[in-house]
Formats: sequence, structure tokens, C-alpha cells
Amino acid sequence: MNPFLRLFETPWIWSWLASFIVWFLTIMVTLGASTIGVSQAALTFAAFSVIVGLGQMFVITLGPGNIDLSVPATMTFAGTVALKLMNVENGMILPGLLVTIAIGLVVGLCNYSLIKALRIPPIIATLSMSFIVQSAAIWTNRGLRIKPPSALADFTTSNTLGAPNVAIVALLISILAWFLLEKTIYGRWISAIGQSMPAARMAGIPVDGARLATYLFCAVLASVAGYLLACFSGGAALNMGSEYLLMSIAVVVIGGTAVAGGDSNVPGIWGASLFMFLVVSMLNTYGLGAGIRLIMTGLIIISVIMLAGGRRASIR
Amino acid sequence: MTLRLSSDAMRLVIPALSLTLLLAAVFWLQPRAMSYVGLNLLFNLAVPIALATIAQMLVMAVNDLDLSMGTFVSFIACVTATFLRDAPVTGVLILVGAIATYAGLGVVIHLRNLPSIVVTLGMSFVWGGLGVLLLPAPGGQSPDWVRWLMTVKPPLAPMAIVASIIIAVVAHLVVMRSSLGVLIRGIGGNPRSVERAGWSIVAARGAAYGLAGVFAVLAGIALVGLTTSADANIALRYTLLSIAGVILGGGEFIGGRVSPIGAVIGALTLTLAGSFLSFLRISADWQIGAQGAILIIVLAFRLMLNRVEKREKGR
Repeated sequence: MNPFLRLFETPWIWSWLASFIVWFLTIMVTLGASTIGVSQAALTFAAFSVIVGLGQMFVITLGPGNIDLSVPATMTFAGTVALKLMNVENGMILPGLLVTIAIGLVVGLCNYSLIKALRIPPIIATLSMSFIVQSAAIWTNRGLRIKPPSALADFTTSNTLGAPNVAIVALLISILAWFLLEKTIYGRWISAIGQSMPAARMAGIPVDGARLATYLFCAVLASVAGYLLACFSGGAALNMGSEYLLMSIAVVVIGGTAVAGGDSNVPGIWGASLFMFLVVSMLNTYGLGAGIRLIMTGLIIISVIMLAGGRRASIR
Repeated sequence: MTLRLSSDAMRLVIPALSLTLLLAAVFWLQPRAMSYVGLNLLFNLAVPIALATIAQMLVMAVNDLDLSMGTFVSFIACVTATFLRDAPVTGVLILVGAIATYAGLGVVIHLRNLPSIVVTLGMSFVWGGLGVLLLPAPGGQSPDWVRWLMTVKPPLAPMAIVASIIIAVVAHLVVMRSSLGVLIRGIGGNPRSVERAGWSIVAARGAAYGLAGVFAVLAGIALVGLTTSADANIALRYTLLSIAGVILGGGEFIGGRVSPIGAVIGALTLTLAGSFLSFLRISADWQIGAQGAILIIVLAFRLMLNRVEKREKGR
């Protein structure tokens, strides 16, 4: 088949096309003068959605009902605790990161223990867990706004060779995720579990181990995103994770990952994350009010999913 | 156990037991709550939550999930506090339009084979935007008849209890006793067999979403009756509360296995959990966390009873 046509059958091409169109419409307002600024801002803000979206994608791959709602609370808690621990000292950056990862591991472990031991549907288990984690964040935060260590603040807000550093971090994590998903036996396992859990179990796949690893991975990515976001925005705020709940789900699905599980792809997450940021900034540059902007965002999400969904239905 | 219960009734035992236990704990902590006024205060906010939970339950009955419930109820609250009071005809038209949109969403989701999570996610932005357009700042005023309806004092039992019972009975009749209800649950169970039996799945799914829209509209109106004013973010937490209420009430995510009476009880339990925590004088920092813990305990309780039930059956 023609390689160009084959490109159009990949599930992620639509999110890339959509974000390119929106990007083009945005820079045309200023006749190209804002190209670099818009692109860098888009890459920076997309990076956070990419990191949480990747974790959410692995969880959604596990099949229907698997969604991690504790992502925002984990982000907030990790950001708060890490900044408090680092206490504006550059020497504490590494311990801060380690504590962040440890928080992710604990939250992920609690999530999966609830799902497994109490047989609670994942949505409810992670929701209950997120309440507890959110409370822990409120308790540690106490309205304090501690600044990040200067080296870390510089790192997260500056560029290397024109590309924002956080975007490079997100790219490295994406490559790791892509490798895990496409090239390792673990990736095959979670796809198999997502397609049919009983069949996967019969085939001798360690279903519990793979699911546990996935929830751990998702929670760790959420906490790392929280760590980076807190440093990027100059301090942790209690509501800093809230928009990433819907965002993490939206980027996964717009990126072409099957909501029913078992079929995922990494490039789509990037396309969708860029798209979600660019839509908002496009509507901003056109000077629309908050209400209209929200309505447009919603309608655009629905139209993208209708285009992509219709395509998949016709292949079936 | 000498009493043989149907599986539907068994499904209700656990939610009812957890509500009773929680209520007993509240009465023990604060005996003064055991009065007409006390009960009304405890359960007042449960009425809109119960209605939203029933709406979510209808969507979950066809194996979908509605992530726009919170913003939709907020939008309806905005309409109620503005148009429904100042221009009733326009207000009613908007509400009917909103219900029609819901039914339309059901049809589109089915026809295009779309994931309901994403479509409702997109719609949550739309409803949120419409709400912001209507009421950029908190305001408006509830229509007098809504206010009267929500504060009326019926004899014997407080309004909140009477309303919850009426909601439960109506939803039970519609979902469990009517042929449309059977059809909706059938789609959740096995759409293909429903289709083979000669029914239109598209119409039934549209009807399920439409009915959900009706209950959600009632939730928004009831909420304004209690709060007397509205804003675009007034009911955002209803999305998660309604899902939790359905699950607490014995419903399930897939398979069309839902229980309307259970859902109302689940909503009451969630509302009561909040009051219980404030009676316990838990530090405000841990209020949300304790609510999560209560959710976990109730579900653990349900698992335990399920195991006992299975052992009974095994004998």
C-alpha cells in the first residue's frame, strides 16, 4: 500500500492533524510573528499533560472501567511534600525527586490494594483514595507557598536548543513508555489483559502483577508531573492538579487509544496534548470570553472524537 | 437465614444497612438530630444529589458513564435562577431543549459508536460554558414555587425524606417495572439479544439518556430551591458523587445491573457521611479524606456480606 495512505490509518494521525491546523490558525492571527512563542508555550504546557496522560493511558489499556481518578490529588500531594522537603535548597533536589517517586509508589500500591482486596471498581477505588490523598495534601500544605530550589525553577522554565526542558523530559518519558508498550513483554501483557482478562489469565499472564505495575507506573508519573509542575509554577497550590483529571482522560482518548482498552499508542498523546493547549490559546488570541471558549473547547473535542470514531467504526 | 430474598432485594440490603448504621451513629453523637427539623437539616441537600444519582444510574444502565453530570446540573441551576423565574416560557423551552440534547447525545453515541466518557467530557465544557454565559458571577434567584416546594413542611415526615421516597418509588416504577426500563437494562445486559427481539436499540438508548436528562433537570431545579441562587460551578462535585452513589447503592458499571431504590439510599448515605464527620469534630483538613474512608468501609462491608451470602447459597 501507498505509505502516505497507510499514515492515515494510524490512530494518532488525526490528533496531530487537528493540532497542526489549530497551531496554524493561531499563528496566522499575528501573521507568524508569534510562531516561536506559541510553539514553545504549547510544548511546555503539553509536556505536563503528556506525562499524566501516559500514565492514564497505561491504566485505560487495562480494559473497561480502569481509570485512575487519583491523578490530580497525587500531583498536588507530591508537589507539596517535595517542595516542603527541598525547602529552597539546591542540594535537596535529588531527595525531593526520590520522595516524589516514593509517594507515587505508595498511592499506586494503595489504589491497587483497594481494587484487588476489596474488589472495588477501579474508578471508585481511586476516587476514594484521591479523597484521602487530597486531605493529606491539605494537611501538609497549610496554605504555605514554598518556592522551589532556584536550580530546579531555572531548569523547568528554560529551554535547551530552543526546546523547553520539561518537554524534553516528557519526550524521554514518552520514549520509555513507547518502549515498554511496544517492545517489552509487559506491554503485550497489558494489551492482552485489556482485550480479555479471563483469556489473559488462562494464557498464564501474571494478571495481578501486570495490573499492579500499571497502577504504580501511573501514580509515579502523576507525582513526577506534580513535582515538575510545582517547580515550574513557582510553588505548589492545592488546586494545581484539578484540571488534569479531565485532561488526562481527554488526551488519551483524543490521541486514538481505545477507551475499551487493549489498544494504545504513545504518539497520539503528544498530538492530543498539543491540541488541547492550542485550542485554548487559539480561542484566547481571537479574544473570546470564558463562556464561549469553554463551549468551543467542548464542541471541538466532540467533533474530533466523532471524526476519529466514525473512521474506526467503518474499518470494523 | 430463613428468609429467602430475591437477588434484587439482596442488592438493597447492604446499602440500607450502611445507611441505618450511619444514621444510628449520627443520632448517638447528636441526639437532637432525631427530630423533624434535625432530619430535614441532615437530608436537605440529599434531594438534588438523589435526583442526579438516578440520572447517572440511567446512563450507567446502558453501560455508559456521564462525566458531564456536575456541569449539567449547574447549568440547569443557572437557567432556573434566571430564565425560569423571569421568563417562564423561555425557561421551560431551554429545559426541554436541554433534555432533547441529552436524548440526542444518546442517539449520536450509539449511531457513531462513540465512547460516552469522551462525548460527555466534551459536553461538560459546553454546559460549563453556557453556565458561565448565563451567570458570570454567582447570582439569580429561585422561582417562588420552587422555593415553596423545597421548603414545604409535610406532616409526619420532613420534606427531604418524603421527596427521597417519592423519587425512589417513581424511579423504581420507571426502571424496574415499565417495559422501557426493562429495555434499557436489557441494552446494558446484552444489546444484541434486545435487537434480535425486534426492539430499536437507538430509540431505547436515546430514551435512557432523555430520562437521565429529565432527572438531572429536576436535580438542578431542586438545588436552586434549596440554595435560592446559583452559579456555574455550584454542582461540579455531583459528577463524582452521583457515580459513587450508584455504586454504593449496589449498581454496577456494566451489565445493566442497577437499583433505583439503592441509588437513592446511596445518595442519602453520601450526604449523611458529611454530617457525620462534622458531628465527629474531625479537623477540616481531613473531612474529605474521611469521606473517602467511609466510602471504602461501606464497600468493604458490602464485599463481606456478599461473601456471607455466597456461603449461604453454597450450603
